[in-house]
Amino acid sequence: MAELFSKKNLKLLSNPLNSSNPITVQVLGICSALAVTAQLKPAVVMSLSVVAVLALANVIISLLRNTIPNRIRIIVQLVVIAALVILVDQVLRAFVYDASKQLSVFVGLIITNCIIMGRLEAFALGNKPWPSFLDGLGNAAGYAWVLIVVGFFRELFGSGTLWGYQIIPDSWYIANGGFYENNGMMILPPMALVTVGVIIWVQRSKNPELVEENK
Amino acid sequence: MDRNGNTYTFLYAAVMVIVVAALLAATAVSLKPFQKRNIEIEKMQNILASVNIQADVQNASKIYKEKITTTYVVDAKGNKKEGVNAFTVNLKKERSLPVAERSLPVYEANVDGKVKYIIPLRGAGLWGPIWGYISLDEDMNTIFGANFDHQGETPGLGAEISTTAFEAPFIGKKIFNAEGKLVSITVAKKGEKAEPAHSVDAISGGTITSKGLEQMISDDLNSYKEFFNKKK
Amino acid sequence: MENLINIFIKSIFIDNMVFAYFLGMCSYLAVSKSVKTATGLGVAVIFVMLITVPVDYLLENYVLKEGALSWLGADFADVDLSFLSFIMFIAVIASMVQLVEMIVEKFAPVLYTQLGIFLPLIAVNCAILGGSLFMQQKAFNNIAEATSYGLGSGIGWFLAIVGIAAIREKVQYSQVPAPLRGLGITFIITGLMGLAFMGFMGIKL
Repeated sequence: MAELFSKKNLKLLSNPLNSSNPITVQVLGICSALAVTAQLKPAVVMSLSVVAVLALANVIISLLRNTIPNRIRIIVQLVVIAALVILVDQVLRAFVYDASKQLSVFVGLIITNCIIMGRLEAFALGNKPWPSFLDGLGNAAGYAWVLIVVGFFRELFGSGTLWGYQIIPDSWYIANGGFYENNGMMILPPMALVTVGVIIWVQRSKNPELVEENK
Repeated sequence: MDRNGNTYTFLYAAVMVIVVAALLAATAVSLKPFQKRNIEIEKMQNILASVNIQADVQNASKIYKEKITTTYVVDAKGNKKEGVNAFTVNLKKERSLPVAERSLPVYEANVDGKVKYIIPLRGAGLWGPIWGYISLDEDMNTIFGANFDHQGETPGLGAEISTTAFEAPFIGKKIFNAEGKLVSITVAKKGEKAEPAHSVDAISGGTITSKGLEQMISDDLNSYKEFFNKKK
Repeated sequence: MENLINIFIKSIFIDNMVFAYFLGMCSYLAVSKSVKTATGLGVAVIFVMLITVPVDYLLENYVLKEGALSWLGADFADVDLSFLSFIMFIAVIASMVQLVEMIVEKFAPVLYTQLGIFLPLIAVNCAILGGSLFMQQKAFNNIAEATSYGLGSGIGWFLAIVGIAAIREKVQYSQVPAPLRGLGITFIITGLMGLAFMGFMGIKL
């Protein structure tokens, strides 16, 4: 058991959260992510879906790594990912219908989420199932926290709610004689990008190693 | 066996395809009833909401059975069409047909002993389709309730059409004017001139969705015009 | 015809793949350091989208959709294969990219060397799969509409990547706060470009 959670393995889990975060550092997987962050709930559902797909895909590819013919490697990976995504999509439609409606085509776009392909190529093909599982979990979690933070701020400032519940007191609103008004711009798609930009700014100010050189 | 040989590669691909296909087909088939049910329940909830009855997922189909007394399909002349199930009519398909050939579903609900007529609507918003149900009193003129939904309108702007704040003002509006002309409902922006009896306020910042909704109501009600005239 | 132009314009400016849906961001961010490479990738994307969206449209309407197989006979009228759409679309895209690569290599070797690494990369460009999935969701009436949508979306993506590349070439010379350098400022610029593009909202022909 001790071996399972050795320092090296824990690193696999914790590194992607910060210094090698897939979104803010490696710039992967932004594609399918940002459009679902106007509210917190779809962001969380999307994150969980990616966690499930990435961890499982990593394990499956790692188990198969010694059997996959090199020439059709990419296709095999795509098929595994696509099959998992279809499973997730079907389950969402059957049991979390609300959320699946909000995510619409973006569940399908997990297939082309570069994080997944990237981790399969870079890690799962050369490592045992357990470390691959942790690596998948770590990277998906690194992806998830960015998504959730963006969703949190966009919903809070854009609609005054969190998870659909009103957070900003009603009496604050101008309509009710207060001083506050929702910032409608936060809900618009472009603000997701600006929010991520700001997250990167904060993260890199705290962790100067990540600052890019001016070439 | 040679891992890079042709035979191995082909075999591998074949086995993989079969395994994956079997797995997916099994899941899809076993989950299908749940998914179908979700869609049906949502539709029932929407229909009920248009006669101002809120149903949750558990009791929607029970209340639907109680309240919706009959459903039928009429044509553009207002005559009943036989052999078509109103609940399963595909509105999107119907809208691509010429008006004369369309199947127009009508749901009759019994609310507190009075008959209400529910008309389904479908149109286009800014990003994608919008749809809804509007219910009329027996006079075929006064709106009893309305319910709208959308696929992907901007949250906080166009998406507001599915909130009660937007839907409630429809109640009590008239779709015919004093001369008996079908004027439908205007979704009026601030400052736009409109008859109070035939208009509601648009969503600020959601102009295109609002106008799409206005168009949808007017188009669909007009295809039912003969039916209304017959019933009046 | 009017409808086709409308779909075309809308898919370029309003439903822009990058600014409205954030699709194809990985390559958008990675390959936008110079206008020249950005143009190469942009052209390749237009090309592939122009082919894959109509092909996927045919696949969707004659194989996958519920009742789509009815041309095989009445027995197949109830078959619903829509759960396979993701896997089929991605397979079509991957094979189309391969095909395009081979054709370009054979008949236009100059273009091939220019596009170089970008062609195979397109297979995992989310904008391409996104185009097909949105095509499915929008349920176009005929193949011409789908083609016009595919072409428009490709051009929209092209505009976005060339635009950001041009801006990034200039940003090189600006005093950007150190932590924002590179990635951070690119995100924010993209956001601002997106806001500008929102001004096109509501265009109707």
